[in-house]
Amino acid sequence: MDDLVTFFSFSDPNIRYVVFGSILLAASSAIVGCFTLLKKKALVGDAVAHSVLPGVCAAFLFTGTKNISFLICGAFFTGWMSLLLIDYIVAHSKIKKDTAIGLVLSVFFGAGIVLLTFIQQSGNSSQSGLDSFIFGKAAALVGTDLVTFGVIAIILLVIVSVFFKELTLVAFDENFAKSLGFPVKSLDMLLTTLTVLAVVTGITAVGVVLMAAMLITPGAAARYWTDNIRKMVIIAAIFGALSGILGAYISYVAPSMPTGPWMVVTSSFIAVISFFCAPKKGIFAKWVRNNVNKTTMRDENTLKAFYHLGERDEDFELPRSMATLADKQRIGEKQLKKSLISLCSKGLIKETEEKWILTKTGVQDAARIIKLHRLWELYLTNYMHIAPDHVHDDAETIEHIITPEIENELEHLLGYPSDDPHKQKIPRL
Amino acid sequence: MKEDIVDPVLEIHDLTVSYSRKPVLWDIDFSLPKGCIAGIIGPNGAGKSTLIKTIMGVIPSSSGYIKIFDQTLNAVRSRVSYVPQRESVDWDFPASVLDVVLMGRYGKLGLFKNTNKQDKRIALECLEKVGLQDYTKRQISQLSGGQQQRVFLARALAQEADLYLMDEPFAGVDAATEKAIIEILREMANKNKTIIVVHHDLQSVVNYFDWVILINMRLVASGPTQKVFNNKLIQEAYGGKLTLLTEIGNILEERQIPPREK
Ligand SMILES: Nc1ncnc2c1ncn2[C@@H]1O[C@H](COP(=O)(O)OP(=O)(O)OP(=O)(O)O)[C@@H](O)[C@H]1O
Ligand SMILES: [Mg+2]
Repeated sequence: MDDLVTFFSFSDPNIRYVVFGSILLAASSAIVGCFTLLKKKALVGDAVAHSVLPGVCAAFLFTGTKNISFLICGAFFTGWMSLLLIDYIVAHSKIKKDTAIGLVLSVFFGAGIVLLTFIQQSGNSSQSGLDSFIFGKAAALVGTDLVTFGVIAIILLVIVSVFFKELTLVAFDENFAKSLGFPVKSLDMLLTTLTVLAVVTGITAVGVVLMAAMLITPGAAARYWTDNIRKMVIIAAIFGALSGILGAYISYVAPSMPTGPWMVVTSSFIAVISFFCAPKKGIFAKWVRNNVNKTTMRDENTLKAFYHLGERDEDFELPRSMATLADKQRIGEKQLKKSLISLCSKGLIKETEEKWILTKTGVQDAARIIKLHRLWELYLTNYMHIAPDHVHDDAETIEHIITPEIENELEHLLGYPSDDPHKQKIPRL
Repeated sequence: MKEDIVDPVLEIHDLTVSYSRKPVLWDIDFSLPKGCIAGIIGPNGAGKSTLIKTIMGVIPSSSGYIKIFDQTLNAVRSRVSYVPQRESVDWDFPASVLDVVLMGRYGKLGLFKNTNKQDKRIALECLEKVGLQDYTKRQISQLSGGQQQRVFLARALAQEADLYLMDEPFAGVDAATEKAIIEILREMANKNKTIIVVHHDLQSVVNYFDWVILINMRLVASGPTQKVFNNKLIQEAYGGKLTLLTEIGNILEERQIPPREK
């Protein structure tokens, strides 16, 4: 608990650095990642992430210090090299793109590990902590790093917002962009540069192995929540920032925990939640919708049972027992009971001495459903030329979804009929 | 057979196009008059899409040149519009119908500027022309294939160009929509705009097009419909590929030889 308060009061400057650093880099890589994702270049992001390791190590070997600016330059250099190499291999050999990516990724990462091992065994005193580039360590962030990150993050943000329209167009329809005379090649280079920049900023906290996940996951999660690219980018940034804070917090509470993996775990967790809970597209929303549909249908069917009984006895307001009602439809006793309770709470039926009776509004509602059912049957026979004995099952579903507008149109189309194809009366309301 | 024209809208001179050194279009040479609706006809793999993409500068040519309004493409970009084949994009992109149609305005806007009310008004008008006014907010993956095709058409209309190149705009479109679209194209042609359409249905060629370009890796014929759209020339275009051309193409690719000595 104390940890929580200390952490979120941000009174400790170290915590401030770590948290803001994490937020900045996670959000900016999420923003750039949206475009990487939409251009279907997720694997490329992974290749860049792995390929910056030799750059970091080489920069350290040359300068002998752990100055973040030098390391970033080195990382940037090899990150870019790897992309050029992939393009070169694809253009000048029979090797396909995915293979080329895999090849470049492993060669560069391998080289990076070799350099890293070499540095560690050279016994250079200032090398300690360099290996945190593999899994990341946000706790190692200090004030000057934060300035560097802040600058890079702002550059990324400005470029993305200035080129938003162009990046979107190229991601959606590259050929059309070319036909408009847009500099598609340069825009591609720009996106690549942004990707490399995002990766390079991210690796200190997240590490090279998992950086691609920070690039792609927030965007993929955000896609569940919206169909608008602007909103998608904003949501992705928020998700990224959230996982940045949580990752930093966890590695603060448990210092032996690396930040990177925890950021990735939280951001994957967000993605899973999105998968289940997002409105419209989420599994959970689908399930809820499904359930709502089911209960409405169940209740409306019970109302219909009342109505059919009423038609038989020519009195709609007679009390009915559960057994009589159950006879009229195909549901279990439990469901029927639930249905009666739900209808009761909506004021469509009342209970009297173990029996149930339609209220005035209940009669109205029941009549409307019957009416829709019979109208639809008539429509199917008259307009779709389906045999009268085949229309009932269709109408059983459609009766529940017809809107008042469609109802009007149906009546108008059918000339306000009085009977359905089975010569049953269509109720007038 | 080829009909030459004075003052053409589009002039293609001795154009060869290759994919990794393998020519798929050989020495294409024809020109088009202003204000016509021209059909590009040929079997699958004939190079119809390739021809259109080359005209639009989407893929480079190996040799020859193209002149539009007697100028290079770059000088007249904003007067030329391109409708790609529908399958060329991923329709699951996070964009609405209106968003896509607004992209047609990007060429006029250039870099950095955003669309304004005027652009939106034009886009909505174009959507109405293709009968999609009720779908403006719809996510593009929730459209049928024919509706997606119409979105592309509306985007092209929004470009307000003088020359239109359309890659199979009728693919997957129902008969009524096809008729509506061809009406729109006619109206445009009457306003002196030129429209080039890649087309597959031989039945409707005579009704739709004033001009026909028959290709199959090479130009078979180009001229007014009644002059060139006859059995002999159709036979020639559809009578299988010239196997020799394909073989030579394969050798050029294998040995990576450019089609012209430089
Ligand atoms: N990106 C590419 N790389 C290599 N070859 C290609 C590429 N695109 C097309 N081709 C080849 O070029 C030839 C012409 O293709 P194109 O797409 O222009 O044909 P098309 O006439 O439009 O056919 P369709 O009627 O099927 O659309 C084909 O043989 C095809 O295999
Ligand atoms: Mg084609």
